[in-house]
Amino acid sequence: MKNEKALSPCALTAKERRFGRLDFSKRGFENLVHGIFLILGLITVGSVLLITVYLIISGIPAITKIGLVNFLLGAKWESTAAQPKFGILPFILTSVYGTAGAILIGVPVGFLTAVYLAKVASARVRAIVSSAVSLLAGIPSVVYGLVGMLALVPGIRTVFNIPDGASLLAAIIVLAIMILPSIINVSITALEAVPKDYEDASLALGAAPVETYFKVSVPAAKSGIAAAVALGVGRAIGEAMAVMMVSGNAANMPSLFQSVRFLTTAVASEMSYASGLQRQALFSIALVLYLFIMLINGALNFFLKRSKEE
Amino acid sequence: MSIKRKLYIGFMCALMWFCALLTCALVAFILIYVLVKGIPGISWRLLSSKPSYLSGTIGILPDILNTLYIIIAALAAVIPLGAGAAVYLNEYAKNKRVVRMIEYAAETLSGIPSIIYGLVGMLFFCQFLNMQTSILAGALTLVIMNLPTVMRTTQESLKTVPQSYREGAFGLGAGKWRVIRTVVLPGCMDGVVTGCILAVGRILGESAALLFTAGYAHALNGFFEGLRSSGATLTVALYVYAKERGEFGVAFAIGAILMVMTLLINLTAAAVGAWFKKRRSL
Repeated sequence: MKNEKALSPCALTAKERRFGRLDFSKRGFENLVHGIFLILGLITVGSVLLITVYLIISGIPAITKIGLVNFLLGAKWESTAAQPKFGILPFILTSVYGTAGAILIGVPVGFLTAVYLAKVASARVRAIVSSAVSLLAGIPSVVYGLVGMLALVPGIRTVFNIPDGASLLAAIIVLAIMILPSIINVSITALEAVPKDYEDASLALGAAPVETYFKVSVPAAKSGIAAAVALGVGRAIGEAMAVMMVSGNAANMPSLFQSVRFLTTAVASEMSYASGLQRQALFSIALVLYLFIMLINGALNFFLKRSKEE
Repeated sequence: MSIKRKLYIGFMCALMWFCALLTCALVAFILIYVLVKGIPGISWRLLSSKPSYLSGTIGILPDILNTLYIIIAALAAVIPLGAGAAVYLNEYAKNKRVVRMIEYAAETLSGIPSIIYGLVGMLFFCQFLNMQTSILAGALTLVIMNLPTVMRTTQESLKTVPQSYREGAFGLGAGKWRVIRTVVLPGCMDGVVTGCILAVGRILGESAALLFTAGYAHALNGFFEGLRSSGATLTVALYVYAKERGEFGVAFAIGAILMVMTLLINLTAAAVGAWFKKRRSL
């Protein structure tokens, strides 16, 4: 008996041998298990619905009270004034400018690093740099914030000779570093998926390796690289804690050397003490942020799909 | 070769080198900066006590314990949920539309920023389910956040379980659940473990989702009592000490601990990956 069980993991137990013929209850049991797994599978869908529904329900009231145009295009955010104003245009523009700046710095650096790692580097160099990149990805955002706060912000203050270094520029630099790993990893995957034939053909025609990488491999991987950029945009626009620690947090219109507030930090900085309309307005900001993220996710999926088809 | 081409090649080579070096230099700078500033601040008293207003000392033992509690609670829920979802997708689901819907939902979840998880977690777990600001509410928020990770890694490794194993088991007369329990699940352990390590890393580094769900308290609690009460994890404590209290020494000490933990997690992930790969190839 014991041997039989050890030999085959599927051997019948004593109980099953006795009740093995009761097919009916067995099928019921299998259906039950199937149902349980179905529920487990649908939890992700349920979570997405839960998040969407909660954000819409809690985000709409303030928008209707303030007025959509006043809310989105209002240039002043004075939530605690006697006559409160809830205009989030400064936050939207700051998030857009900050993300654009981070992409402008982070994408070229990340992309070139990816080309180097995917095509040029020897296996050993690649292993070392890759582990450095995954460490970069694993550093908690508050640590980025802390380093930014104590190394970058004072640095900006002295270099540009401004009263306070906590500014949009500091946030852009921190964000650019934080999106590097996503951009590098996704670009490497895209570059490695380029068929070797393309490169061989280019080399056989007399192109130098470097020319081949940039004029053949990179154009062939362009959808994947676009996906890397979309992922970077998503990461940058959603980052809250690191940005909160280096951007100064004043609700100004964005300007490179001024203290600014992002969509994410607007929610995070006032949530702990907000009440009434102010609190509802924060949920509306989160809803706006969510819509941005959904747009970016859509773009990301589009590029990923296209790069798979290629 | 024309001068122009030579210049182009040289320039691109230099640029690639520069960018790769810059990336490495950034990592090295952050690592060394945090460790150099943080390690002198780590003392036994810091690690083994709780903050005291009477003596004016700061201890991070409660924060360490809270981090542990939140990791344990979140993993306990996310492993069955994530692995179960993966098993459903790979073993049960026949309807293409359901599969696509679940995968799309998982992709969406992994793109949502943590601050939004924090808000919805606060609304749903803390207020609607009346858990108040507690470690449990924070852990549940993190469960939703990490579901796609565990699901994806498990799914990948389920795909590597050979179809012939399943067929063999079915041929011996085993039912579907028995095949899954005895053949499929043991075969996908590497995916579950990898997913767990990634999830631990993410939980360890998470702060925005926990600010409003798990709160800021530094009370010293046991596990079950801790779950029900508010508590700061290491990252949240770092934020509070750095931004609100100006205690940069403590903040850097926590930062150094977090960096070392991140390093350890990365090394473990690599080692576990290599180990499973070796075992598989045997």
